[in-house]
Amino acid sequence: MTEEKTHHPEPSYLVNTGKYKGLMSWLTSTDHKRIGIMYMYAMMVFFIVGVLLGEIMRLELFRPGQQFYGPQTYNGLFTIHGIIMIFTVVIPGLAAVFGNFSMPIMIGAKDVAFPRLNLFSFYLYILGAGIALTSQFLGNGPPDTGWTFYAPYSIQTHTNVVAAVFGAFVLGFSSILTGLNFIVTMHRMRAPGMTFFKMPLFPWSLYATAWIQVLATPIVGITLLMVVAERWFRIGFFDPSLGGDPVLYQHLFWIYSHPAVYIMILPAMGVITEIIPTFAQRKVFGYKAIAVSSLAIALVGYFVWAHHMYTSGMSPTARWIFSLLTFLVAVPSAIKVFNWVTTMYRGSIDLKPPFLFALGFIFLFMIGGMTGLTLGALATNVHVHDTAYVVAHFHYIVFGGVGFAFFAAIHYWYPKMFGRMYNFKRANWAFGFLFIGFNLLYFPQFIIGIQGMPRRYFDYLPQFTLGMQLSFFGGILLLIGIILMLTNLFSKKGAKAPDNPWGGRTYEWTIPSPPPLENFEVMPVMGPDETPYDYK
Amino acid sequence: MSTETVHITPYRTYAWVLIALLTFTFLTITVTWIDLSALTVFVALTIATIKAGVVLTYFMHLKFESSLFRVFVIMVLAIYVLVILFTLSDYLFR
Repeated sequence: MTEEKTHHPEPSYLVNTGKYKGLMSWLTSTDHKRIGIMYMYAMMVFFIVGVLLGEIMRLELFRPGQQFYGPQTYNGLFTIHGIIMIFTVVIPGLAAVFGNFSMPIMIGAKDVAFPRLNLFSFYLYILGAGIALTSQFLGNGPPDTGWTFYAPYSIQTHTNVVAAVFGAFVLGFSSILTGLNFIVTMHRMRAPGMTFFKMPLFPWSLYATAWIQVLATPIVGITLLMVVAERWFRIGFFDPSLGGDPVLYQHLFWIYSHPAVYIMILPAMGVITEIIPTFAQRKVFGYKAIAVSSLAIALVGYFVWAHHMYTSGMSPTARWIFSLLTFLVAVPSAIKVFNWVTTMYRGSIDLKPPFLFALGFIFLFMIGGMTGLTLGALATNVHVHDTAYVVAHFHYIVFGGVGFAFFAAIHYWYPKMFGRMYNFKRANWAFGFLFIGFNLLYFPQFIIGIQGMPRRYFDYLPQFTLGMQLSFFGGILLLIGIILMLTNLFSKKGAKAPDNPWGGRTYEWTIPSPPPLENFEVMPVMGPDETPYDYK
Repeated sequence: MSTETVHITPYRTYAWVLIALLTFTFLTITVTWIDLSALTVFVALTIATIKAGVVLTYFMHLKFESSLFRVFVIMVLAIYVLVILFTLSDYLFR
């Protein structure tokens, strides 16, 4: 390894060595690292659009009554905000970006098992996102169903639902192919000596995620096609006036879309599990418990879908079964949190930006998780169902959890990705704005939700004004944080990054920054006594 | 990799599988002429399941692959059965 640090004969993956130059060299590259970076840039664009749409909604909600636009526009805005953020940002999220960039290196492979399929998945992602966005501008106006496309309204509305649904369908294919690719990669391409229980925990989380992607995504694909079939051919699947059952739609939709929450959060948990031992310089506590809890979350998480449907008219028997299962899925999640905290115990903590974001993740994820139990309990759910409380809860999980883990991951692997460092002080400031802004934005929503503010409403009663205005100012702070973070990372070229700036032990820190095209000059072999986290 | 062997299935086996699939297809069509009332869907799904099993076993080589693949298929089927059961906990108890 010392020899590798002194000279890097292989050019980095950022240097064009192929047939094409410039943009084409990226668009035709099957290198997992380049594909990961392409996902990242695409996702960042979608994320910024989604954030701005959210801010426009908050602006309208600043005062009761109509301010800038009417209710139909508001319906369209929350629908496209949801479609963009869920289907093009958080579902592919960490798996598509960091799973692609880091996972093959972390298991000692040169690439994923099917590199061309990987590039095809990226193109499907762009195509699906393009179709979903086009739905805004074609047909009879932007869809107004919410990202959940609930029947029978999605069957009856005259807005352009079919295009949005088809976009989500294509995005689903991208997800399935990525999942399949990752499963095969982790089964077939691990370094010699790296058994499954010696694999780093980020790949473990991706393995659990990939199974959900492969097994759950087809269900939503078919469901969305059923909506199209019902709209075009009047087949009565879901619309009661055609003999269908609207609750069946909710079952089918959530059979995918609840596991999709685990598609989002499991890789986020995996990233946090990488960052904490590195910055505490401490062997991860309960390696096997974390690995197995990823699988347990994936498995149990598959069977909790109907907790979204307590008030839909479902049978009381199903309600208590799904409530019980929902409480059970909290157990493996809590195991992870316990293990992260215990890993830090007596560690040599180095409070660098990635670790700060990881701590932010734990705090916000805990609030999101605990409030999830309020929603999972039958009696309390009836009171807060479809209120701003739900909006706050899932933003704490999806943005406070997945978003902050994404930010942690980008600050963690950025030096490896680009071979450059960033300004720590600015990163810390960005974290401060993001963390305070986030809590100011979403915490009031818990309170006004309990007080009875419904979600997806364009107008509200005067007693909710203070909560809405606090949320507005939180949104502004959050926006400042995002701008600070992105300009810090992408506007200035930082100092050259060393190969291992954080003292990490997994394979990506043993190779140059940025990595050479085929990752390893000498393929790594894991010795019988080695583990991925050989700290003290 | 060195421990793996490549299995070559004789054409005759594939021919028999094809004949079996065609037979089941005719059977599917034939039973539609018989009034099985409540059992109609059950019979149609049973025949379809047998056909899918034959395809998985021979055309998709499950019979000749390592047991890991069988574990995967069983796991998927188990999840499918559980999804149906949990969904029925709504429909059967409304």
